Amino acid sequence: MGPVPPVMVALADEPPVAVELPALSPGKLLRRRMLHHKGFVIGLAIMAALAIVALFAPVIAGHDPFDQDLAHRLMPPAWVQGGSAQHLLGTDHLGRDYLSRLLYGARISLAIGLGAASIGCVIGVTLGVCAGYFGGRVDQLVSYILTCQLALPGLLLAMALVFFIGPSLLVVICVIGLLHWTYYLVVTRAATLQIRRLDFVAAAEAMGESRLQIIVHEVLPNLLNQVIVIFTLEIGVAVLSEAALSFLGVGVQPPIPSWGLMIAEGKDAMFFRPWLVVLPGAAIFLLVMAANLLGDGLRDVTAPESRN
Amino acid sequence: MLKYALRRGVLALLVAFTVSVATFFLLNFATDPAQALAGEDAPPEVVEQIRAQFGLDRPLVVQYASWIGALAHGDLGQSYHWRSPVGALIASHAPVTIRLALLAMAVTIGVAIPLGAIAALRPNSIVDRLALSVAVGAQAIPNFWLGLMLIILLAVKFPIFPVSGDTTWMHFVLPALVLGASSVPAVMRLTRTGLLDVLASDYIRTARSKGFRGLRLLTRHAMRNAMLPVVSVLAVQLGAKLGGSVIVESVFALNGLGRLALQSILGGDIPTVQILVFVFALTFVILTFLADLLNAWIDPRIRLG
Repeated sequence: MGPVPPVMVALADEPPVAVELPALSPGKLLRRRMLHHKGFVIGLAIMAALAIVALFAPVIAGHDPFDQDLAHRLMPPAWVQGGSAQHLLGTDHLGRDYLSRLLYGARISLAIGLGAASIGCVIGVTLGVCAGYFGGRVDQLVSYILTCQLALPGLLLAMALVFFIGPSLLVVICVIGLLHWTYYLVVTRAATLQIRRLDFVAAAEAMGESRLQIIVHEVLPNLLNQVIVIFTLEIGVAVLSEAALSFLGVGVQPPIPSWGLMIAEGKDAMFFRPWLVVLPGAAIFLLVMAANLLGDGLRDVTAPESRN
Repeated sequence: MLKYALRRGVLALLVAFTVSVATFFLLNFATDPAQALAGEDAPPEVVEQIRAQFGLDRPLVVQYASWIGALAHGDLGQSYHWRSPVGALIASHAPVTIRLALLAMAVTIGVAIPLGAIAALRPNSIVDRLALSVAVGAQAIPNFWLGLMLIILLAVKFPIFPVSGDTTWMHFVLPALVLGASSVPAVMRLTRTGLLDVLASDYIRTARSKGFRGLRLLTRHAMRNAMLPVVSVLAVQLGAKLGGSVIVESVFALNGLGRLALQSILGGDIPTVQILVFVFALTFVILTFLADLLNAWIDPRIRLG
């Protein structure tokens, strides 16, 4: 493709004729599409609620999530016989208030979701943009790295790495992030390949912008929508991974209130006190569901032409 | 075809080699195997003695070379945690995992492909919308939690299936359901979109105008093309099931490779973990290689392109 002189581009593009249409800016149109997308609205509402819960957990929770009270162990929720209004969702095997632990658990899950998705984002987008923009050898190398990464048993490797390095919140975030970047790579590579052929990139090349400038100023802004969609979906993936790791005992360690860990702790009592397992599982489901609805909704709203 | 197979085969070998290097170095950087062997509170002299005894004081590259060399001769090493050769451990635990993975695969194929096909034949119908909503929901359920819920419901409240263990076929029903369900959304969506694309193509219109309809149209004409991406994804999913069986195996107390892996990790048994990660990766590489060949056989454009 030969670089097009910018002047020609400007001449070829006739100013749009004013048509009698309700004056809606692109931003307004986008907002209108968002409000009409049921999945997006529901996902956003749940996500916002969970974020508020996570931020204000100390204010909302009536108890300290680490406070043990062995005299009041395994109390049922308030509406079950034997429950009390003191502990709305009962207490766990150490007498800790279950509602408070669930509320604080939102912090752990969201921190891991956001942290891991960010690390994966940096790795995946960097590799994807390089592969798509430079092509050739670089592209082949990145594809090869991708093939190898896909062959690795992710969960097993995450378990081993987290446990061997020493299970802590930070290690869990880093390991999950390091193992979840392939989706970013695949999508940004394909998108960059398309963008690279567009006129404005040719124009930037003709104006003498460096490759780095082109990537930062021309390519990345046009990837933003897609990256946000993947980021949202990857929050769900990371939350599920952390829950599995913690459930297996090789993730977040006690006494931190992680939802996956709470399920593992409640498992032994689950036949007589099923809420110990049902509640944290429902919380994980809610958060992952919200992330998926939000991600799918964002994709529909920002790229309505690519639906189905 | 042979040329294509050869090219793919060389790539698969290269990937297997790279993966073996990556796992070896990742795990050895993550932890000190001598310390893990000796135990966390062992005195430094003991750790140093173990390091010398098992050759862990040699440079990592040398250790890798001797590890991969032994592996090539079929020697999978010795597990000090289990006091048994790793090869024997894997041989005794593999059947449970293979059976579980294949049954789970049957669940996935049996549910996802018909659902995807029905959804594609009647796009935007109630069935289509319902299937898509179920898929979105199913993706958000943690599978260990689903397993526990099924145990509470179908093994305790209504004792139809045994709670845990792996002695009879009945023991495998719930685990296979859980493991199989996890890939249903992906495979269903792919079948649906693949079929939608194919059904809109010219050759299907021709077939329709010639009087083909319903199941015959699907099986004879549309499926063949729509299945190409599905075959690849199924291979990937089968590999993921083998590697992801660790959760389901520990929920249902199946004594397979996944449980072996978890217990080896908890026991700091690096030689076993290393081999297990490599075996799962190798299985994945072989499965995707076979899927590539299958796709090339179904669609000549792939092998000639």
